[in-house]
Amino acid sequence: MIQLTPDPIDYAALTEAVRTPHCGAVVLFLGTVRDLTGDRVTVHLDYEAYAPMAEKKLAEIEAVARGRWPVGGIALVHRLGRLGVGEVSVAVAVSCPHRAQAFDACRYAIDAVKDLVPIWKKENAPDGAAAWVHPDRMRNAECGMRNADDPDGGARP
Amino acid sequence: MTLTVHLFAAARDLARTAAVTVELPARATVADLRAAVAAAAPALGPLLARSAVAVDHDFADDGRTLAGTEEVAVIPPVSGG
Repeated sequence: MIQLTPDPIDYAALTEAVRTPHCGAVVLFLGTVRDLTGDRVTVHLDYEAYAPMAEKKLAEIEAVARGRWPVGGIALVHRLGRLGVGEVSVAVAVSCPHRAQAFDACRYAIDAVKDLVPIWKKENAPDGAAAWVHPDRMRNAECGMRNADDPDGGARP
Repeated sequence: MTLTVHLFAAARDLARTAAVTVELPARATVADLRAAVAAAAPALGPLLARSAVAVDHDFADDGRTLAGTEEVAVIPPVSGG
């Protein structure tokens, strides 16, 4: 399942939701808001999305994960809006029969979310200054942001 | 053809609008659209070249031809997750 939500992510429920009897391994990744980036202090982050495309890309990532690994259940949930330090911005829960598969599928999924999904964060500093984060990367489909099923993997490590 | 180009994050802040409207000739490409957006919103500056273009919710190559009916957006380098 995939979801964009303004609400706190119930990652315990997601972890339960992906469990199936034939999957012996369940992996949960949480991305949380850090208090420091280098020497920049963050008081809160604002996340925004191009929602229809973000949902499309999340669905593509799920489909690629299911195609590459024997995924039993998978949940990709990203929160939007204002988040304080320590809050969960993204959760990826995956189940597979064995742990190598579950770790690999989860790693692929979060890397792909960070590489492909049109979501942006704005860092807010204690003095009130705020700046959108737009990392240095090649700008176009061939070089950096790809569609999820491109043969080069759709996500960089 | 007239296209509305949606802007997000710093692109929206720099251009001071959530969307710019551009006029393009028939069979214009995404590269042509980039030039038109740069002309319509010069405040975007170097961010535009660092951004992708999405056509109908997929990343599009500069060589892609536009029909004029698509939903188009400038996608600055993403920072989700």
